[in-house]
Amino acid sequence: MEWVNALLQGTLLGGLYALFAAGLSLIFGVMRLVNIAHGDLIVLGAYLGLSVTTVLGFHPMLALIVVVPAMAIFGYVLQRGILNQTLGKDILPPLLVTFGLSVIIQNALLETYSADPQKMNAGALETASVSLGGLSVGVLPVLTFAIAIAVIATLQWIFYRTALGRAFRATSDNQEIAQLMGLNRRHIFGLAMALALAVTAIAGIMLGIRTSFDPSIGGGRLIFGFEAVIIGGLGNLWGTLVGGVILGVAQTIGAKIDPGWQLLAGHLTFLVILAVKPNGLFPRISE
Amino acid sequence: MPDPLLKLEDLDAFYGDFQALYQVELEVAPGEVLAIIGANGAGKTTLMRSISGLTQNQAQMVRYRGDTIGALRADEVAGKGIALVPEGRQLFPSLSVQENLIIGGQIGRKGPWSLKAVYELFPILQERRHQQSTSLSGGQQQMVAIGRALMANPDLILFDEISLGLAPIIIKDIYAALPGIIGEGMSALIVEQDITKALSVSQRFYCLQEGRVSLEGSSATVAREDISRAYFGVE
Repeated sequence: MEWVNALLQGTLLGGLYALFAAGLSLIFGVMRLVNIAHGDLIVLGAYLGLSVTTVLGFHPMLALIVVVPAMAIFGYVLQRGILNQTLGKDILPPLLVTFGLSVIIQNALLETYSADPQKMNAGALETASVSLGGLSVGVLPVLTFAIAIAVIATLQWIFYRTALGRAFRATSDNQEIAQLMGLNRRHIFGLAMALALAVTAIAGIMLGIRTSFDPSIGGGRLIFGFEAVIIGGLGNLWGTLVGGVILGVAQTIGAKIDPGWQLLAGHLTFLVILAVKPNGLFPRISE
Repeated sequence: MPDPLLKLEDLDAFYGDFQALYQVELEVAPGEVLAIIGANGAGKTTLMRSISGLTQNQAQMVRYRGDTIGALRADEVAGKGIALVPEGRQLFPSLSVQENLIIGGQIGRKGPWSLKAVYELFPILQERRHQQSTSLSGGQQQMVAIGRALMANPDLILFDEISLGLAPIIIKDIYAALPGIIGEGMSALIVEQDITKALSVSQRFYCLQEGRVSLEGSSATVAREDISRAYFGVE
């Protein structure tokens, strides 16, 4: 039963990892940009949530209605102002610039909020649980998992059922020809980054309710996000959820064997999958 | 000649660092079909890119309805009513046939072309509308590429090497359909390697040679030996 419990907890943890990964996957899918600052943007989302809850006295879940649009606007401005200038044939400039951005965000957070670990207070939501045939399941992890499914279903709907999604796919396929269709790729990329950071805001808040955070943890979240994206296969959003779940389960099972093995088990599972299926389990992008 | 729809004045254009066009002068009248002929590397594709905005030049080098559009981006040029059927078709592989057509029409210009009109022109596309565009035959893909450009209801449509890589029978069908496509007062610029085909559908032609206009004239009356000389540059 303990193992079943570990499996269940790991699956639910995978929901959080999928939220980390979804924005990363979207950005890479639309503009082939590898965003090294993604983890720090998640942490930024958590801190913005913290400020909203302490200043306005909102419940963290309610803070989403402020933080999500704020991060989306920040994403659009960031893309139009800086990141668009780095995109081109050479893949190095976006890597360097987002790495620099990562350093800037970390230090800005450090200046503003100090290095002390912080946590958002979500009251009863943090500890509430339901029993499920002998297992005790936390409401928060279940909620996080449900949100992850909802986010990915929404992204999937946007991508395959709306004019915006059509524009994303067309621009991703061929930027020049998309311009001929009257699509301004700079604007389209701005919208993609806005959408990605909206998802990142959700990820940051769910992270900040679940665990304590400090300005330095972004790198670790970035790695989890990357691993989930790559396990699932580039460009496949449902695959990203599966990737998150596999990573979450590997970590909880690893921790069950020996608490020190939690992270290592996740990374080893990632490496094994990468060795066996280098394109991930459900690749969409063939290149 | 009435006021030209499109006028190139002293157009110098570059393909990367390489100057591909030198002082090109060209005019397209409303409703006119123009052929652009020339050997590989003569600058035909750079000419198409310069008109459509994929290559940006100095503003006054390209005039359209009197506006200087030479320095505009491709998406801005598209909004003014110039559509390009690119060389090699270049459909969006992630989009279905129908989505490829819809995205062509998303500029939202009014006119006779709609999904329904394109499907009437190419009924096979309606049958295949939910397929991935890459699963179609070359000829059908070319129909999608033409339909995609028409969906924008352009006043000027540019065809870049539409017969390239297609079977002769397919080329024949597509050229048979062209007059119906270009009717309705639309102007067209047709870049073509096959000189006979190009001259048969156009009223006037321009021949490019090493980035310069080497000959221009009426498609119906031009002498073959003049074209050979202008095309290859041999005396």
